[in-house]
Amino acid sequence: MTDTSSDLDQFRRETRQWLEANCPPEMRRPIESDDEMFWGGRNPSYASEPQRLWFERMRDKGWTVPHWPRQYGGGGLDAERTKILRQEMAAISARQPLMSFGVSMLGPALLKYGTEAQKLEHLPKIARGEIRWCQGYSEPNAGSDLASLQTRAESDGDDFIINGQKIWTSYANYADWIFCLVRTDPTAKKHEGISFILFDMASPGVSTKPILLISGKSPFCETFFDNVRVPKANVVGTINRGWDVAKYLLQHERTMISGMGDRSGGRPLGLLAADSIGTDAQGRLDDPMLRAQIASFEIDEVALSCAAERAIDLAKAGQLHPAFSSAMKYYGTELNKRRHELLMAAGGIDALEWDSDRSQQGAKARAWLRTKANSIEGGTSEVMLGIVAKRILDLPGA
Amino acid sequence: MALVLTEEQTMLRDSARGLLADKAPVSHLRQLRDEQSPDGLSRALWQTFAEMGFAGLLVPEAFGGSGLGMVEAGVVMEEIGRNLTPSPFLATAVIAAAALTHGGSAAHQQAYLPAIAAGSLLATLAIDEGAKHRPLHTALQATRAGNGFRLSGSKALVIDGHLADLVIVAARSAGNPGDRDGLTLLLVDAKASGLTIERTAMLDYHNAARLEFDNVEVTSDSVLGELDHGAALLERVLNIGRVAVASELLGVAEGVFARTVAYLKERKQFGRLIGEFQALQHRAAHLYVEIEITRAAVLKAAQALDSDPERAAALVAVAKAKAGSTATLAVQEGVQMHGGMGMTDAFDIGFFMKRARVCQELFGDSNYHAEQLARLKGY
Ligand SMILES: Cc1cc2nc3c(=O)[nH]c(=O)nc-3n(C[C@H](O)[C@H](O)[C@H](O)COP(=O)(O)OP(=O)(O)OC[C@H]3O[C@@H](n4cnc5c(N)ncnc54)[C@H](O)[C@@H]3O)c2cc1C
Ligand SMILES: Cc1cc2nc3c(=O)[nH]c(=O)nc-3n(C[C@H](O)[C@H](O)[C@H](O)COP(=O)(O)OP(=O)(O)OC[C@H]3O[C@@H](n4cnc5c(N)ncnc54)[C@H](O)[C@@H]3O)c2cc1C
Repeated sequence: MTDTSSDLDQFRRETRQWLEANCPPEMRRPIESDDEMFWGGRNPSYASEPQRLWFERMRDKGWTVPHWPRQYGGGGLDAERTKILRQEMAAISARQPLMSFGVSMLGPALLKYGTEAQKLEHLPKIARGEIRWCQGYSEPNAGSDLASLQTRAESDGDDFIINGQKIWTSYANYADWIFCLVRTDPTAKKHEGISFILFDMASPGVSTKPILLISGKSPFCETFFDNVRVPKANVVGTINRGWDVAKYLLQHERTMISGMGDRSGGRPLGLLAADSIGTDAQGRLDDPMLRAQIASFEIDEVALSCAAERAIDLAKAGQLHPAFSSAMKYYGTELNKRRHELLMAAGGIDALEWDSDRSQQGAKARAWLRTKANSIEGGTSEVMLGIVAKRILDLPGA
Repeated sequence: MALVLTEEQTMLRDSARGLLADKAPVSHLRQLRDEQSPDGLSRALWQTFAEMGFAGLLVPEAFGGSGLGMVEAGVVMEEIGRNLTPSPFLATAVIAAAALTHGGSAAHQQAYLPAIAAGSLLATLAIDEGAKHRPLHTALQATRAGNGFRLSGSKALVIDGHLADLVIVAARSAGNPGDRDGLTLLLVDAKASGLTIERTAMLDYHNAARLEFDNVEVTSDSVLGELDHGAALLERVLNIGRVAVASELLGVAEGVFARTVAYLKERKQFGRLIGEFQALQHRAAHLYVEIEITRAAVLKAAQALDSDPERAAALVAVAKAKAGSTATLAVQEGVQMHGGMGMTDAFDIGFFMKRARVCQELFGDSNYHAEQLARLKGY
């Protein structure tokens, strides 16, 4: 059955009205710092009452994950309607109601590789923000070379016993569950002995140790497993074929990270700069070099957002190269770093303060430093370019 | 003049390098930060600096200094940059000493220069007011009152502001912000009544302060240089500061680059040293080229300030702009090539990134100096 355009118009009208009535004004401003995001979980913490209201209203419509099927807690929207919802949210600068590795990473992998029982158990809790997930991929000696990971899972009847160490595990100290890569066959080639497994972070033998970042915050941890017992039923996909699941998930993670810098709803960068530096007699930003750099940045930013929109449409049409998320991840993160370099230049002396109320505890500087990880987390820029060279350009030896 | 260090300059570099690597490597800054040091630097180390003749490097021999020039000051600043050492050297021994030497009356010089050389007096320059470095936009008012002036206004990013005994203040005594005429430099006692000094916690853990002047009274013999015509002296002093900071940025770039190259030879992924990947080799090689080009430009500017300060402006703009962008590239590559490790506070790389950001802003960023260069060249 195909929709007539009037069906879609009607959906757009209703959506617009619903958002108008239900999105609190405070949730129509871009998120400025990590503290303003809502992450859900067993012990949810809301930064504000409007944040709670907005999350609950969106959750009750299934719109934390509008495109997931209804039986898994989603909104059951098709691609057209999902896009309309996204556009209408963007039009009023509505925030994402829920930040979640469950939504952006694990969910898509479960939808593709999970058993029906796994989907029914985990997806609704992700959709409703009840369980907060973390990602146990990287290890001290397995970063870019992820497939060399050493965390072991040894068979013991119906269970695996897991031993080893992960590193850079974002928010492991706040997470309820982990999706984790473990080595189940140490004798196989490195990509062929890995399994993708889910377990509760409250399991005996799991511990975490926060790592302090250059931004002065500790959003990630070292994570240790000491004889952690996990049922084999928690493996997603086939045992020893976890690499397929891991890679599929990474594509979604990369798309998510690529969009992290999207501030299209916020005040234009050039005007932010003018707020701090001032304008000349013609009303132009009073720093000609910076003005040119910002305009050139904005050209790339708009082009990237066109490419993001097009990637969704290409995927729908079955024409998107599966490795294209690497191209987007590369470009989006390098762009976001540029954005924050420009914001620091615009803020000038005032943006150099670290702990003052005047600088909101150094919010600009800390955000700038945090973006330096964008081109590292989820696969470095070098790895992304390597993937483009190999999988898209088919270059020899790449 | 040959663009290589003389034997004496090389010896000076080696002794500064040895001293700082021994007494004040990056762990020194980290420790000052962690113990929330009220001074933000080591006064004992400053005494050692004075004993070794560094504090009086630019002070004329007649006032107890060594009467050396910007090449020598740059050599020391580069080592300071390499080690991220917080030190009064920049504000006191370079900028204030130069201002007093080039603009001070005999009485000023007698009063302050020997104390600077001895390491017993700390001084600084208060210039910036807005978010960006715009010296001609100075608005802090100097109003004539009795036998002197009353100062009102505010200053930001005053290096070592909370430690300084003496503050050299750029003030507007006539005309409007933006005018070249009507600027005056004044010497103000940091304890003067009406002057409030707020130390500001900076992202690089180096000292800076905001100063509020509320009808601060100074006498007419506090004027440094010419009344209402201080712009030329100010430019000269700023140019000295710019080349000093450019040298520091060069050192920052070298410090982070050395660590990064070492990491490329140490970290293994895919069964190889990451330095075996040509993608990284070429970027490291590119950075090397940038640093060497910057080194030459900085040295050239320092020599120009020593030999022909009137005509040094374009070379100073080039040096500060180039050093700012090279150090920025170096710290960015440093973090990126260290992967997750580079993002951690436990690693020193982030300290370099933070210091480079502040030095970029100090006395005009790369954009400011590109704009200056274009103006100087008439386009
Ligand atoms: C803020 C942050 C959050 C993170 N969150 C998580 C998380 O939640 N879960 C998780 O599992 N991981 C997480 N990570 C880890 C991240 O995925 C790794 O840091 C990343 O994959 C790089 O690995 P590495 O740090 O070991 O760097 P390395 O792999 O050691 O890389 C060092 C440098 O070498 C380069 N390099 C490596 N191989 C090549 C090559 N073949 N060709 C060219 N250059 C190469 C890299 O690009 C990099 O510049 C996070 C990282 C950060 C910084
Ligand atoms: C105007 C001109 C004048 C010349 N004059 C002379 C002359 O007087 N005498 C003389 O003997 N030769 C001369 N040459 C030849 C010149 O030295 C070669 O063109 C050059 O060495 C490159 O070799 P190639 O053309 O075979 O290109 P290739 O070596 O095939 O290179 C093709 C591309 O691959 C890149 N590439 C190759 N190897 C690597 C690698 N290991 N890593 C990364 N990238 C790589 C190259 O940079 C280039 O972009 C001249 C060339 C030109 C264009």
